[in-house]
Amino acid sequence: MAADVLDLLRQRLADKVGEAAVSHGILVLAVEPAELLGVVQRLKSEFQFDLFLDVTAVDWLGQAPRFEVVHHFYSTAHRVRVRLKTRVPEADPTVASLVSLYGSARFMERECHDMYGIVFRGNPDLRPILLYEGFVGHPLRKDYPKRAEQPLVPYRAAPGGER
Amino acid sequence: MAGKVIPIQPAPSGAFEYLTTKKDELAGWARKFSLFPYPFVTACCAMEFMAVSSTPYDTDRFGAALPRFSPRQSDLLMVVGTLTHKQAPVLRKVYEQMCEPKWVMAFGACATSGGFYQNYAAVAGIDRIIPVDIYVPGCPPRPETVIDGIMKLQDMIARSRHPILTENF
Repeated sequence: MAADVLDLLRQRLADKVGEAAVSHGILVLAVEPAELLGVVQRLKSEFQFDLFLDVTAVDWLGQAPRFEVVHHFYSTAHRVRVRLKTRVPEADPTVASLVSLYGSARFMERECHDMYGIVFRGNPDLRPILLYEGFVGHPLRKDYPKRAEQPLVPYRAAPGGER
Repeated sequence: MAGKVIPIQPAPSGAFEYLTTKKDELAGWARKFSLFPYPFVTACCAMEFMAVSSTPYDTDRFGAALPRFSPRQSDLLMVVGTLTHKQAPVLRKVYEQMCEPKWVMAFGACATSGGFYQNYAAVAGIDRIIPVDIYVPGCPPRPETVIDGIMKLQDMIARSRHPILTENF
């Protein structure tokens, strides 16, 4: 039954999405940034994808467009998952916010903004949620220095004088 | 040749009436058996902290059992788990709220050195923020290691100066 839903979904959305494939029972759809909000709207209203699981990003450093924003949805009625992948360029890493459709997007988008610097247009509150005020940069980007520290408390002088 | 031997006369109650010691030793002896820990617990080492507090290992034997959940009433700060940069101001404030005399135990690899977290989030050892008296290694430490750490700290307390007792006493 799950496969039927995914086939139907693929047919109905064929004009809106790019590549479509089934990976480990999850339908994976490539979506243009401009189409994202419309596709999610239809997923929710037509196919009962009522649970927004997560939004994260992948940093394909060296490729263009550099970032891939990944959304996961679950339909509690059909018990299937769908994954949307949206590529955005480094110069303007912006996608539409899903706050108008899913309240939980408010927090998950904040985390993604913290870690990757993706801007969610329409999210009213993109303050740091896991990081702290004053943190410079986005630590899960591949070009963030691995050992860079941004301490909030000045370090004590070590007995040996190093540090 | 031999002087006159004066036998010790017990007090009428049967107890000795006085004994002599040094004030630092007396204060150290008292303090080493009345450690009131404040558990600053941030991560998975908490499980081992619970194990070492509970019956089979029983830190009560060392007078170090009763956690005080106010830093103002405690004198051993046990930092149990990873410290993140975001939490560092909190740890600093907790330490500053504790009254003298106070000691700090870094419990586990993360509190000691950051452990395997060498990244943007974790402080590579709490001794960058506050002074540490005893380091307990392990990920997490075995209860025996913690008890060894407590006993070493007690030795340290017993041997150290306790200058709060001044020349007026």
